Amino acid sequence: MKTFDYVRPASVSDAVAAATEPGAAYLAAGTNLLDLMKGGITRPDRLVDITRVPGLDRIEPMPDGGLRIGALVRNADLAHDAEFARSYPSVAEALLSGASAQLRNAATVGGNLLQRTRCAYFYDTASACNKREPGSGCDARIGENRLHAVLGWSDACIATHPSDFAVPLVALDAVVEIAGKTGRREVALEDFHRLPGDTPERESVLEPGELLVALRLPAEARGFSAHARYLKVRERTSYAFAVVSAAAALRIENGAIRDARLALGGVAAKPWRARSAEKLLEGQRPDAASFRRAAEAALADAKPSGDNEFKIELAQRVLVRALLLALAGTPKRVPALPASPFSSPAGAFA
Amino acid sequence: MTPEIGLTQTSRHARHGSNIGQPLTRRDGILKVRGEAPYAADQHPAGMLHAVLAVSTIARGRVTFLDVNAAKSHPGVVDVMTPAHKPPLAEDPDAKTNPFMFRMELLQNDAVRYAYQPIAVVIAETLEAATEGAALLAPTYEIQPARVGLDSNDSFVPPAVGVGHPAVIERGDVEAGLASASKRIEAIYETPAQYHNAMEPHAIVAAWDGDALSIDTPTQGLAMAQGRIAGLFGLSADKIHIRSPFLGGGFGSKGLISGPQILGIMAARLVGKPVKLVFRREQMYGPVGHRAPTRQRLRVGADGEGRLAALDHHAKITSSSFDDFFEPAADASHTLYASPAIRSSHEAVRVDTGTPLFMRAPGEATGSIALESAIDEMASACGIDPLDFRLKNYAEVEPISGKPFSSKALRQCYAQGAERFGWSKRPPAPRQMRDEAGFLVGWGMGTATFPALMFQGAARAVVRSDGSGVMETGAHDMGQGAWTALAQIAADGLGLDLDRVEFRSGTSDLPDAGIAGGSAHTATAGMAIHNAGAAVIAKLADLATSDQRSPLFGAGNAGVIARDGRLFRRDDETRGDSYVDILTRAGLTEIEARGTGTANPAAQADYAMHAHGAVFVEVKVDPDLGQVRVTRAVGAFAAGRIINPRLVRSQLFGGMIWGVSFALHEEAVIDRRSGRIMNPNLAEYHVPVNADVPSLDVLLVDEHDPHVNALGIKGVGEIGVTGSAGAVANAVWHATGVRVRRFPIRIDDLVVGHQ
Ligand SMILES: Cc1cc2nc3c(=O)[nH]c(=O)nc-3n(C[C@H](O)[C@H](O)[C@H](O)COP(=O)(O)OP(=O)(O)OC[C@H]3O[C@@H](n4cnc5c(N)ncnc54)[C@H](O)[C@@H]3O)c2cc1C
Ligand code: SF4
Repeated sequence: MKTFDYVRPASVSDAVAAATEPGAAYLAAGTNLLDLMKGGITRPDRLVDITRVPGLDRIEPMPDGGLRIGALVRNADLAHDAEFARSYPSVAEALLSGASAQLRNAATVGGNLLQRTRCAYFYDTASACNKREPGSGCDARIGENRLHAVLGWSDACIATHPSDFAVPLVALDAVVEIAGKTGRREVALEDFHRLPGDTPERESVLEPGELLVALRLPAEARGFSAHARYLKVRERTSYAFAVVSAAAALRIENGAIRDARLALGGVAAKPWRARSAEKLLEGQRPDAASFRRAAEAALADAKPSGDNEFKIELAQRVLVRALLLALAGTPKRVPALPASPFSSPAGAFA
Repeated sequence: MTPEIGLTQTSRHARHGSNIGQPLTRRDGILKVRGEAPYAADQHPAGMLHAVLAVSTIARGRVTFLDVNAAKSHPGVVDVMTPAHKPPLAEDPDAKTNPFMFRMELLQNDAVRYAYQPIAVVIAETLEAATEGAALLAPTYEIQPARVGLDSNDSFVPPAVGVGHPAVIERGDVEAGLASASKRIEAIYETPAQYHNAMEPHAIVAAWDGDALSIDTPTQGLAMAQGRIAGLFGLSADKIHIRSPFLGGGFGSKGLISGPQILGIMAARLVGKPVKLVFRREQMYGPVGHRAPTRQRLRVGADGEGRLAALDHHAKITSSSFDDFFEPAADASHTLYASPAIRSSHEAVRVDTGTPLFMRAPGEATGSIALESAIDEMASACGIDPLDFRLKNYAEVEPISGKPFSSKALRQCYAQGAERFGWSKRPPAPRQMRDEAGFLVGWGMGTATFPALMFQGAARAVVRSDGSGVMETGAHDMGQGAWTALAQIAADGLGLDLDRVEFRSGTSDLPDAGIAGGSAHTATAGMAIHNAGAAVIAKLADLATSDQRSPLFGAGNAGVIARDGRLFRRDDETRGDSYVDILTRAGLTEIEARGTGTANPAAQADYAMHAHGAVFVEVKVDPDLGQVRVTRAVGAFAAGRIINPRLVRSQLFGGMIWGVSFALHEEAVIDRRSGRIMNPNLAEYHVPVNADVPSLDVLLVDEHDPHVNALGIKGVGEIGVTGSAGAVANAVWHATGVRVRRFPIRIDDLVVGHQ
């Protein structure tokens, strides 16, 4: 491996200072970063290990009823936090559908949101990849791309964002807090990840050295807890990234949809909020027909980026099913096969 | 050796009397759970350096430049082995003097014949320095277009398939049979390239002492490895000592010593120090073999009653550009179904990959998923239940040869498996069953078969005057349980309890136990052990029956039996003599004898020898989303004498899971332009996880085979894969009505509107 410096700052400001140097990278649990380093995909000169920075590992209620989750909270700890799982059940379900138990025990909230794409050409340093090496081209575009993006992609890059966690978060208007050299700022998670455009190497709005310090879920998002699900179609029952996933959350009043929140995973370089579909649902009767119309709207702009046309139809079906599941009601406990189609309660089919 | 590696010597399951047939737990289980079982990569001899392979990123062409200086100037790097700088070899790595000798890349030139081919080796004081050194080599290439896939090159009829089998065999007149048939189907099935992916990557720790060579490396064939190394380095085999007490799986990829393992030995020679070389996961996707992709065309004809009239199985397969291994996929149609006309034929294409090799059920696995799918399609075309159809076409003699079977309890397998599964409730048409949640439910079945093979093995048995015994054979435990099952045979062979036997195995200085492959290891090594035991007992009996002081005096050799450390008169068991007394009186501290295990050619000429089984599978499929899950699988297998039912069940479970993997998960995704494998890691090369196989049931069907060998062992290592893969495919069809003929079956195939 390439030799690198390793620093272990004791405060957010020290961390930011250490990471502002070119070639620096934050190290959280390393479940993604270390793999990338071993494969030579990222070759940082300096690792800024943030795992000892105090105060970033807390789950705190906010005065306004929201929840603030430190960037170092482990995926498993968050998913198993009773208050969190009760208030934001689809987020807990998404977390538990990701990776494996061992990885979830290690992986952090910040690392999950900032994990890199699983595009095989990105991982294969012998391939041309604009994300890894700007301007080198995109071998996925003409390669094995059945699982690549159908929304928001560009000719420069057709990769998807792999996080499950981020999908219900973006649906529920989560916000991230960012610390930088010049202070703190916050950004809606929906605006945090970037579409590739001509600069697929820039995956988020983080500027060099900026640290994601916390994630916030608004109080208002709790209003969906009775009807919130995450559904993930994958190529084996567990321990696989999503082919397509969807988060659906509903507020139903008097037999009609008062409010809907929808997002898709595995379809774009960012967790994909489906706002047009949400709008269509408002005031509608919650049934298969209205769900299908919404799903069609969500995918209206989709186009295949390769051998992946099936994902467009699949995404619509996943969305419809996620809505049906949400309508049926959040189960009391996260199912034993979280987010799996095979954990649906009876009668969930359209 | 047993005491050194700390195997459990006794088992609470052990019983006095016969050890064979007892479900003993693995004697290496506790060691493994504690992480104390010494695998090759755990060895750290003093002064050891680390070697890391630099591998090619192109699939075809030439290396034009390696930045050796950059690598060498990295701190900690000791040397860089390249075609220009390497120790001499006594033999050309491209020489091939027998079909089991495969060409390897030992830096003999700058040619690149496949992606992930080693092109240099960096040796350093630390693994990290060697890894970075390898990256700094930054090779440049002259690239030639890669030939990728079954249509990328001219095809030809291979000289032979598998191990010396004819590429084309016809019995009866297939065309006439098809012409006369009242029902015909023709279908093309495709299977992808698959890689063994043993949990333990190949690894070697090599140390030279003058011209003596000491090696730790996992191998399924100690003696063959020793011979190959001897040839390459111009040594006599007895100068080479290989230790391979445990393998973290092999599945065929460790059957023959691979090029990179040899490179580890060369590196140790070059630097004059012990060297450790461990493959990275992706480096297992080139030089250690794989299962070749296939495109198989089956043409099946049946008469009005659903009896086969013709079976034509044609397989197009790939091999490498530089060596010959041809997956005998079509041979799967030789043994299972009676048909007046059968033809198997093969056609091959040379592509730019490493040479395909044996991978768990080579030929049988690929061929079986196609055959079992086609049989299912034909059963449906005839309107007959798939099990009834198979029974209608039950082969009473081996169809391709006309030989009787040495034993065949397949009917019982069908009956017991079907009963356990509840097959009789299966509706004939597809897409008829739903569970209470609305998932489509489908039931499918497949027939399993695998030849009962034997190689040649030898063992040495010792009885000591303290009443204990020793059994030695250089066998291989890949996780299947050789340390346990062979020790059970040894204990019975010596007439001792297991805890009185020191079973020595896993090193090359012991008698050659034969390769652990072809599901033949327990039969081969077991028979060697059995015969060595019998030979040493015969010597003891000689001593006793010719010693006037013995109660057995005059009993004659044939007249005694051995049990619990004593010999008894067969006709009068009140008269016996202990091993201790026999040897003590003779003034001997120990007595030894040797035995060999090998197939009986006369029996082989007269009988077809196969294990059989029937696998029944339930799948659930999401009707809208296309995700598939195997929810239940029952396998009933008849494989002769079962030495240890616990271990055998595990083998069959593993095989059946592999079948699920074949049908639904496994695939090397190869970039069509570069020829590089895009998913060379266990995150993206999918095999089933626990949640994919919630319920497995294995039934061991009684079968007594008097012909295969004296112990009646047929072997169970590979058969579980066969039948299972087809059963899953057939169940998916039954659930959905969609017949997917390209494997693995994917969500895309089942999302309606995109079939
Ligand atoms: C085999 C495998 C399967 C997986 N399957 C899934 C899956 O199904 N679904 C899923 O969602 N995920 C999956 N993952 C990904 C897993 O969720 C991520 O690896 C993990 O969440 C990353 O967290 P970490 O703390 O280890 O991050 P690290 O690896 O430490 O960091 C990841 C990236 O984020 C940056 N970073 C980390 N923290 C911060 C911060 N606070 N501020 C700024 N930058 C930061 C790092 O510099 C690095 O670039 C899988 C991973 C593996 C290895
Ligand atoms: S899709 Fe994006 S990540 Fe993948 S190769 Fe193209 S540029 Fe790289």
